Amino acid sequence: MTKKASWNLPYFIFLMIFVALPLVLILIYALQDGQGHFTLSTITRFFSDGDSLATFALSLEIAIETTILCILIGYPAAWILAGRSFNKSAVTAALFILPMWVNALMRTLATAELFNMLGIGLGKGTLLCGMVYDYLPFMIYPIYVSLSKMDKSYADVAEDLGATPFQVFFKVTLPLSKPAIWSGILMVFMPTVSTFAISEFLTNNKIKLFGTIIQENINSSMWNYGAALSLLMLVIICLTKVLSEDEKVAV
Amino acid sequence: MAQDIIIDIRNVSKHFDGKVILEDINLQIRKGEFVTFLGPSGCGKTTLLKIIGGFKEPDQGSIYLNGKDLTGVPPYERPLNTVFQRYALFPHLDVYENIAFGLKLKNVPDKEIDKRVRKMLKLVSLTDYEQRDVDSLSGGQQQRVAIARALANSPQVLLLDEPLSALDRKMRLDMQIELKEMHDKLGITFIYVTHDQEEALTLSDRIIVINEGRIQQTGTPADIYNEPCNSFVANFIGDSNILNGTMIRDRKVNFIGHDFDCIDEGFGENTPVDVVVRPEDIYIMNRNDSCQFNGVVRSCTFKGVHYEMFVDTEEGYEMQIQDYNAFEPGTEVGMLIKPQDIQVMKKDCVCNSFDAEVLDENHVTFLGGRFECKIPREFKAGDTVCASVAFDKVGLMDYADEGELVGRVRFPLYKGDHYHLEIVTAGEALIYADTQEVYDNRDLVAISIAPKDIKISAKK
Repeated sequence: MTKKASWNLPYFIFLMIFVALPLVLILIYALQDGQGHFTLSTITRFFSDGDSLATFALSLEIAIETTILCILIGYPAAWILAGRSFNKSAVTAALFILPMWVNALMRTLATAELFNMLGIGLGKGTLLCGMVYDYLPFMIYPIYVSLSKMDKSYADVAEDLGATPFQVFFKVTLPLSKPAIWSGILMVFMPTVSTFAISEFLTNNKIKLFGTIIQENINSSMWNYGAALSLLMLVIICLTKVLSEDEKVAV
Repeated sequence: MAQDIIIDIRNVSKHFDGKVILEDINLQIRKGEFVTFLGPSGCGKTTLLKIIGGFKEPDQGSIYLNGKDLTGVPPYERPLNTVFQRYALFPHLDVYENIAFGLKLKNVPDKEIDKRVRKMLKLVSLTDYEQRDVDSLSGGQQQRVAIARALANSPQVLLLDEPLSALDRKMRLDMQIELKEMHDKLGITFIYVTHDQEEALTLSDRIIVINEGRIQQTGTPADIYNEPCNSFVANFIGDSNILNGTMIRDRKVNFIGHDFDCIDEGFGENTPVDVVVRPEDIYIMNRNDSCQFNGVVRSCTFKGVHYEMFVDTEEGYEMQIQDYNAFEPGTEVGMLIKPQDIQVMKKDCVCNSFDAEVLDENHVTFLGGRFECKIPREFKAGDTVCASVAFDKVGLMDYADEGELVGRVRFPLYKGDHYHLEIVTAGEALIYADTQEVYDNRDLVAISIAPKDIKISAKK
């Protein structure tokens, strides 16, 4: 082992204990029944359980809706932030970054209190609101970076070739920022599909998400089924990752 | 002929942060002409091109295209196309789509687009590159695609902003020839911006030399090279010996301590002038009776086609000479200049003169500095007078606290036995100075003037 390679050792050990081992354990637990026999029953149980499937579909729906809302709100926000007039305005940037300084749980609880105070009933609407609020910066940031780094001469060339400002945006700026949008999607979709805290606080547990079921199973010591559900979620996240890989993701 | 004018630039001025970028530019460009804006970086040539393209608006004046005022017309509505300095090919599109970009915006039928793109690819010799990723192309190929993309829209005028500056020399020379061929083939007007005088001389039908936001000279490459109108143009275009001289009478000029026959007339008698002699126009030989002046070779360098020699004349001037024959350093040589190779130019000014105000019996203030000097009796404190200082009496110091004024050197010019500098003060005023010391462009200097060298006279 060369001297330099030996520096990697602590990281390697860390990786083994805290990343690889838990993943292996999830796999082992997921493929066992309560008595320690290997079986696929946990997986088949999920696909025959209507409630679980419905929750799973709802989780996907909420995650997709959150992501779409984040793009719709985040892109214009990033556009404004990267624009020339706002570029030097520290205040505008701070407005977007400031909430990140507060602990996510505190923020979620505070949001719930805000809805209570305003007399808005907790439900799917408030859940989406909280999700978008929490994950919006993850969408804005990559798009902002991409837009502010974008060579202005592309827009000049397009305009020179006859594109109106509207066409410049849709034919040049938007396609060029596509990789950044994909990074944003990954960074928003992955955590939202597995979250449970936000749904717990912002719907008073009225709406259960996939993450909530996993948490409940594990809390009630049903390790095997919980592990199986976790494994399914991992597969979903891997799938999004693989799908977006085709789009030259720039993270 | 008025109907031949495609672009008419009238009284265009542009200021930025209180600095002059362009000052009252007037220029007419004919249909089918290859016009080059030539000047050092920061002279305003690119700004002028951007104003024509519609990317910048002038503070004053207008651009007319075929007699139509373009003020307020956005770039996308101007029938002009630009090849940008950085090619800026769209990375999300392939070569074909890049070239078709403008045509698709115009809703040209697909079949027509296809025909046009292929024609353009053929024009820039990139047939079979349609589906290539633009990132996989070399610099020269990217440049060709950028040109094809701009030409695909069939513009009335093609604007080129230093398009070849990023290419290596060999490629640049090839592209120059190709550009010239394209221009001849297409017959459209090209407006080309460059700081490379060689490129301008090679390509252009007409060169517009720009410096400090003003047009210095307009003419064919041969005109500009052979008959520069001032020392800036002479210095910027090609190598040259620029010297102080005196026009004794018509067709007789004195410089480097000798009288020479020349072909210039109308300067008056005993008028100070600038004289330009190109290095290749000085004949160098072993000393004999036909020589007009003598000297000793100081250095001799082989430059490929010719040898470049620096010769110290007996009168103490340094001459740059290019010749096919080499003379070793130390050789005593004789030199000869033919009358038609001497270019005489009027001097912009022969002496610094400033508006000054008398402070007391022996102080005046001008350009924001306070100077000691002898003031004639007839002037009292508070009078406005004219203070004049000869070029060689302007003292230059390296440290700001050594002088009354601080300025920045601009455009240092070697004049055979001294340097002639323009110094721009903080208040944007100009002082000319002659010095033996070597200063670079943009060097900071302090200016001090001895009391006896400031001449006070009544204001004209």
